[in-house]
Amino acid sequence: MTRRELSGVVAVAGVGTTKFGRLPGYSAEDLGIEAMDLALADAGLGRGDVDGLIVSRIPDYQQFCEMTGLDPRYVQITPGQGRMSGSSIQMAALAIAAGQCDVCALVYGNNGRSAGSKYGGEADRYGGAGGSVWFPYGMTSPGAAHAMQFERHAHLYGTTSLHLAEIAVAFRNHAVLNPDAVMRQPITVEDHQNSRFIAEPLHLFDYCLINDGGVALILTSAERARDMAKPPVYIRGFAQASALADVYVPPEDFWRDPMRRVAEEVYAMAGVTRDDMSALMIYDNFTPTVLFSLEGFGFCKPGESGPFVAEGQLRLGGRFPTNTSGGHLSDSYMQGWALNVEAVRQLRGECGDRQVKDASHVQFMLGSPIVSSIIYGKDPR
Amino acid sequence: MSVAYRKPLPVVDSRNRPYWEALRRHELRLPRCAACGTLRFAPFRHCPACGSEDTEWPQLSGRGTIWSRAIFHQVYFEGFRDEAPYNVVLVQLDEGVKLYSNIVGADNAEIRIGRRVEACFDDVTPEVTLLKFRLVD
Repeated sequence: MTRRELSGVVAVAGVGTTKFGRLPGYSAEDLGIEAMDLALADAGLGRGDVDGLIVSRIPDYQQFCEMTGLDPRYVQITPGQGRMSGSSIQMAALAIAAGQCDVCALVYGNNGRSAGSKYGGEADRYGGAGGSVWFPYGMTSPGAAHAMQFERHAHLYGTTSLHLAEIAVAFRNHAVLNPDAVMRQPITVEDHQNSRFIAEPLHLFDYCLINDGGVALILTSAERARDMAKPPVYIRGFAQASALADVYVPPEDFWRDPMRRVAEEVYAMAGVTRDDMSALMIYDNFTPTVLFSLEGFGFCKPGESGPFVAEGQLRLGGRFPTNTSGGHLSDSYMQGWALNVEAVRQLRGECGDRQVKDASHVQFMLGSPIVSSIIYGKDPR
Repeated sequence: MSVAYRKPLPVVDSRNRPYWEALRRHELRLPRCAACGTLRFAPFRHCPACGSEDTEWPQLSGRGTIWSRAIFHQVYFEGFRDEAPYNVVLVQLDEGVKLYSNIVGADNAEIRIGRRVEACFDDVTPEVTLLKFRLVD
């Protein structure tokens, strides 16, 4: 079977998200269970229909099955890294296409806020060599690595913090329209510029949130999805690539090479082009990642992402409304998972005040040492 | 008596010991594959390029260029509190390898991409010397 033949064969039948914010007393499993039950109800299914399970950030798949009474045919677990969201959804699609399971629940639970998760300091394991090698120099945190990448971009192309501010403001404006978002106070470019530096050149408002929550998606065959409660959202294309061999330092090319390969594959598989996209969901752990993704996936030329976003292209009403939920910066830090749910909700027309009119295709893009992309479509072909 | 050193210290083990022992002698040495000549920072047993276990530890020039930098305002380690905002640079050595370090003896505003640097050796405890850099242009 070719990649093209896999296009539209699998669909999202249900999605579920818990409340986002500070949810003390709930474990990652608890949050995942709540999200899974919501997603199953959304599809008109029950736990008894689940025969495939992929959990992420939930530390133990065995305990999760004990807690939910599941005995799936197909079980997988992925680490609690955001890059695994795109990879996990692709795994589920392939397992369904190959007949390893019929109804796959993807379940993500994150109690990082209440558990006091830190992304810098002694517990930091970002980068393959193990962050502790650099602690004697005070080097730590994914944010600092992204700060250095952005500094490099600024040096090479003249990109500025004001370009980053446009991204933060655009996504916050979207969150203002999203009743479920964590951060709903409007911000201005000045607010962004006046927010404190964390790892300069990045300000606080260039960083994603840290909050608790759970997300789940129910995937099944397109054929089966057509008989379920909600209209199917078809998985039209997916692809991934990596830049892991030198992962202890930021990439020279802002992940352009793996992104170009993923872009070629994902558009070929989906049979669509960038121009067909109604909205974009771009992994926004930090604002610079949005710039690198726009360039790498070919929405603008290398080095031109700053001026591109300054034109307002990412805003609702712009050419490519992006992260219409508010993204990781302002909606919820659900490590890519909630962005995929937002893609589904946009294509179903469920997004209320932030709905993109006549949305037909939405692309999820994830820039990290593992690059991935998924194109969702309202129609199977 | 000097004040106790409060910043994080490296974890020295059998793999990286040649690196840390060289720094105590104020020499910069990194692992290089004796089979294919690929220089690397991490002291993995096998060369990532060719798989050979045959490793040598040549002395390097200590000269390089600032590839990027960040100024840390956030305090992630108590020992750095008094110095914040402090600099962290990613230096590309003339031999090609990149490593993170700090620039000493310069204001944060002077620490910019493209500036030339040379190694200096900071004896932070009687057992540990850290590789740092100073601006040379």
